[in-house]
Amino acid sequence: MRGSCLRQHGSEDVIMYLSKYALRLRSEGVCIQPAKCYIKKEHIMASFSDITLYILVFLSVYVQVFFLITFIENRKKIVTRKGGIKLLNYPAVTIAVPSWNEKDTVGKTVNSVLNLNYPEDKIKIFLIDDGSTDGTMEEIKKFEKYSNVKIFQKQNGGKHTALNLALENLETDFFGCLDADSVADPESLVRIMSYFEKDASVMAVAPSVTVYEPKNIIQYAQKAEYHMGVYFKKMLGILGAINVTPGPLTVFRKKVFDDLGPYRHGHSTEDMEIAYRMQKNLYKIEHCNDAYVYTNTPKTVRKLYRQRLRWIYGFINNTIDYRDVLFKKKYGNFATFTLPMGVVSIFSVSFLFGRIAYNAGQFIYSKFLQFSTVGFDFSARSFSFDPFFINTRSFVFLIVLIYLLVLFAILFGQKMTKEKNMFSLRILYFFPVFGVIAPIWFLKGIYNTILARKPSWR
Amino acid sequence: MNSNIIDWKKYLVVFLITVGLFFTASSVSNYFGNKKIDQLKNIQDKIAIDILSSETQFSLLSELSCKNIPDSVFSRELGELGNKLEWSQDNLGDTAEVSYLKKYYSLLQIKDYLLAKKISERCKVKSAFILYFYTTAENCALCREESLVLSKLRAEYPELRVYSFDYSTDLSAVKAMIQIYKIKDTELPALVIDDDALTGFHDIEELSALVEESFKLKVAEPVKADS
Repeated sequence: MRGSCLRQHGSEDVIMYLSKYALRLRSEGVCIQPAKCYIKKEHIMASFSDITLYILVFLSVYVQVFFLITFIENRKKIVTRKGGIKLLNYPAVTIAVPSWNEKDTVGKTVNSVLNLNYPEDKIKIFLIDDGSTDGTMEEIKKFEKYSNVKIFQKQNGGKHTALNLALENLETDFFGCLDADSVADPESLVRIMSYFEKDASVMAVAPSVTVYEPKNIIQYAQKAEYHMGVYFKKMLGILGAINVTPGPLTVFRKKVFDDLGPYRHGHSTEDMEIAYRMQKNLYKIEHCNDAYVYTNTPKTVRKLYRQRLRWIYGFINNTIDYRDVLFKKKYGNFATFTLPMGVVSIFSVSFLFGRIAYNAGQFIYSKFLQFSTVGFDFSARSFSFDPFFINTRSFVFLIVLIYLLVLFAILFGQKMTKEKNMFSLRILYFFPVFGVIAPIWFLKGIYNTILARKPSWR
Repeated sequence: MNSNIIDWKKYLVVFLITVGLFFTASSVSNYFGNKKIDQLKNIQDKIAIDILSSETQFSLLSELSCKNIPDSVFSRELGELGNKLEWSQDNLGDTAEVSYLKKYYSLLQIKDYLLAKKISERCKVKSAFILYFYTTAENCALCREESLVLSKLRAEYPELRVYSFDYSTDLSAVKAMIQIYKIKDTELPALVIDDDALTGFHDIEELSALVEESFKLKVAEPVKADS
């Protein structure tokens, strides 16, 4: 019996290893050793997928390094001012607040304009009700008493029509829009106007937009994303390559509209279209990093999805409309960096998502196959860790590098906007929330473009 | 107006930095890849020594009682090696080294099989052996299912030893086994139990019956430690 027992020990070890690793491999979506039987054709697909992956990873690393080098070159120029500043002259500015069914937020928005640290007689406020049906007009009427407030009501025609109504009545040399879901910091306008004073060639100045009072995971994820956006926008401003002049308080010289015409529908992203038009006509757009505007952001995944689908659809279609600009060196970094970068982002995120979805599908299929072949197997379940099975292919290190550079962008964006909780772990919400949902609106944006389906506003 | 001109030098510098990062990532990846290959080689060497040692011990003790056969008679790390090789083929790329190691692994399996079979016969102990032939040359969905059945079977019968062979392995010893058991690539997966070749998919009930019948094994119960 001695021999039997000894043999048992030997085979037990082998079985233990086999079961343990086979189970773990299966749980990782990798087939077990004997199941290595359906590979060759997939290898060809895998090679193609790997080549695409490496190209997209290369371009993504390139974009992040480009931003980082721009930052290192210009870090001393990025100044965040404290307290109020004074201008030599205070040119008159018109701030238009277009609103459509925004009765809950429009009051705060208008109050923030009234509280701007800017001479009262130099600010004209246009409140435009774009055919609201929720009582927004009643909210707006509460501000009738202010001498510098002018109220307009029109049939619903979209944000660009509301802004164009304001432009038709414009009497000042500067024009800004403040979305009715946003609140401007008291110092924002004067800081923005300092850019115009400093450089006569500046045609528009965009502020730093961050999230207004985030409350849930979706909004904290957006907060991190907006901070990242502040960093990227500053870098793009330095490169002269901004492609959006956001609705929350971008200020333009009147000359922009006199020369280039009024707002256009721009695939429901009129603030992007006007920026593209300005870039095409070589009009300079700056970013004022210490002018803060806080915007209400979608609270639910569904609302976030609809908003971002509109944005990405706008990006794709405005880029298509202005495709003649692409890679033309006369249009500067906007043509050789911003637009290609956006296209690369769409493909990278979508591809990575596709790859992950494929792997997840394979995993689910393998589980299904396992269940249908041998039923549930709870025996020999082991979760031991062996570093051998850590993926050490080069793209893994590069993707980690991209994530680190994105994290740096978020942190520096926070620094530029004087975020108090610099190292709050809430910024980590960004990665899962946007990693999972963003590819869906990217892909839907592409899909809608192909089928010429226009996403709705809300 | 817009005074920004394109700084091509910067584009080039960023390109070179990115290429540098790629090479660095590639070097780091190669470093870890080589470490893993070394680890595989070490495991294989250990298995080779184990088997050789067992064979030698068996020869030395062949005239003596079976009870003198030591604990280490069976190689303990064959399964671990198989899984690591599998993973390496997928994740380190189908390199020449991994292919070489895979051949070596097949050889070690055959040696282990022959030795285990010899001990089993000589010492009259209960044991079960399955030779399993599959293919990586083409899509073989049935192989995948069969492998799941075998995994389950191994969990149920701790005394069962399953040896897996890739039909497309370019190794004379594997080819010899294929010839001996007349395995055809059109009939994969194929199993050999007690010198009988079975082709196509066989479910767990069928194989359980065969294993129990042929080798008089009982469904595995907790293994009792023997002093």
